Amino acid sequence: MDLFFQQIVNGLVLGSIYSLVALGITLIYGIMHLPNFAHGHLYMLGAYVTFFLITDYGLSYWPAILFAVAILVVIGMLLERLVFRPLHHAPHINSMIASIGVMLFIEAIARKMWGSDYRRLDSPYDGIIDLFGLNITEQRLLVIVSAVVLMIGLHLFLKRTVIGSTIEAMAQNREGAFLVGINANKVSLMTFAIASGLAAAAASLAAPINLVYPSMGAMVNLKAFVIIVLGGMGSIPGAVIGGYILGLAESISGTYINSEYKDLAAFVLLILILTVRPTGLFAKEAR
Amino acid sequence: MRFVPGSKWVVAALFFVALAIPLLTDNSYYLNMLIMVFIWSIAVSGMNIIAGYAGQLSLAHAGFFGIGAYTLGLLMVKAQMSFLVSLAVSVVLTGMVGAVVGMISLRLKGHYFAIFSLCMGVILSLVIEKWESLTEGVRGLLGIPVPKIGSVEFSTLTSQYYLILFFFVLAMFVNRQIIHSLVGRTFISIRNSEELAESLGIHAMKSKMLAFVYSTVLAGLAGALYAGYLRFLGPEIASIEHAFEMLLYLLVGGIGTLWGPVVGTALVMTLMQWLQSWQDYRMIIFGPILVLIVMFLPHGIMGAFAQLKKNQPSVLPDTTDDKNRGIERGVNDRRLAGGESDA
Repeated sequence: MDLFFQQIVNGLVLGSIYSLVALGITLIYGIMHLPNFAHGHLYMLGAYVTFFLITDYGLSYWPAILFAVAILVVIGMLLERLVFRPLHHAPHINSMIASIGVMLFIEAIARKMWGSDYRRLDSPYDGIIDLFGLNITEQRLLVIVSAVVLMIGLHLFLKRTVIGSTIEAMAQNREGAFLVGINANKVSLMTFAIASGLAAAAASLAAPINLVYPSMGAMVNLKAFVIIVLGGMGSIPGAVIGGYILGLAESISGTYINSEYKDLAAFVLLILILTVRPTGLFAKEAR
Repeated sequence: MRFVPGSKWVVAALFFVALAIPLLTDNSYYLNMLIMVFIWSIAVSGMNIIAGYAGQLSLAHAGFFGIGAYTLGLLMVKAQMSFLVSLAVSVVLTGMVGAVVGMISLRLKGHYFAIFSLCMGVILSLVIEKWESLTEGVRGLLGIPVPKIGSVEFSTLTSQYYLILFFFVLAMFVNRQIIHSLVGRTFISIRNSEELAESLGIHAMKSKMLAFVYSTVLAGLAGALYAGYLRFLGPEIASIEHAFEMLLYLLVGGIGTLWGPVVGTALVMTLMQWLQSWQDYRMIIFGPILVLIVMFLPHGIMGAFAQLKKNQPSVLPDTTDDKNRGIERGVNDRRLAGGESDA
């Protein structure tokens, strides 16, 4: 039974990271109707930036996270401005292909600059906490708690502030948002900034648990897509719930079924669900 | 073949050049290069049918290439079947897997289909890699016998060249017939608007299934030829990176054009050969190229060529017949493929 609860905790850790990445993808999809295939690679960049800020520039953990988030916010905004905004009026498939181009580019750059080796970031919090008989490293607890804090922060931002609600408004009804004078360009720029920031935060939090390497973004990216298809594309609660479901499904199936096929779990789950419900579990309307 | 009036002659001339090449040179480097271009062109032209004509962006085609390749390899190595039978079985089997995948995935529209196909591609490559008892996993499948048809053994590079050229020409011929037929027009009408096509009485699902299964058959054929040619298989041929590479070939050459897949594959593969020492980093160049193409040349080289020809006041009488005009309209359509109405 202990093993089971241990896996629940692991699943929550995984799920927190997946949810944060998926939230970014779903926000961008909600606003721009663009499945941003490069999002997982922004996550990877975030991990590298944090890693180098700590190892090469001697920053401590928290400032490094803040800087990494800031840098990724800038990169995200540049991407929006240079690649996706010019393509906004083109057919959707064009921007989808462009995002694949960006993805390939970011991964190749990372390989060129930092090599393909796996790097390990030492956690500043490597103590072990005894929680109701379960042993959890502090870092894992930190991931779970910070993810919840970030999600609550995002929720409050979207619901309680005027700027935040422009995002919500545009996601709900584009024309309506224009009618009340919302600037679409500003909103999409901001959405990209927030989404990239979330990816960087997730990466920085996860870096001490996972290894840092150029293709680390690819799998997370695919899984985040599975999540938002599960949760309904553009749905924020869907991304959060879907993230935790997938994290738990993965860690439990990895322990009890077969760890070789652990990565398959996500995709098989997706196929099963789409076979039964072609619009995802929480889709607002049939498309 | 709508790019030039009289393009028939260009194609015929190129065909004879292709036939004559092994007589002109026995440089194994060039022959090998051409063989690879033919093989990948077949696969990319499959992707073109479903993405470029029917408008459904499929990223699972490297997986189907892998199925074709591994089926041929396994049948020849483990079941000692003959080349032709194995080839036929691998093509049919790929088509059958394609039909099952299509039945589930084609109900999804636009982005959902693309994402689903991406996941499907990952599943196929993971299965090929992890099912070690069957595929030998990362060790790779070794010792595929030399292809033999009757008493003819395709052991030399030249004979392989003609074998693969035959299938390449066959595939391009069938593609051309399909694209210029009513069925091909049906695909285009679905790309332009599925709702409109259905209101005209087109069974969209049936047409999309046809396009998808045919496109997977081409990918499977290419895979099987690849296995028979290299006679060694590793699981990475089914990897998602290859699907992205195929997408790159398709876009550079021109998505939704008959010859785009061939032009793009030849051009990009040649460029990649030059950048051999860059191997892992070549996407530093090709990633941005992909972005620039969708921004400025959404129909790739062949599309730009067609546009150029159209804008040029022609001294020749316009020989394009009705059929060709229909396809030109498809090219000029703002929509590239798979798009859905702007939300």
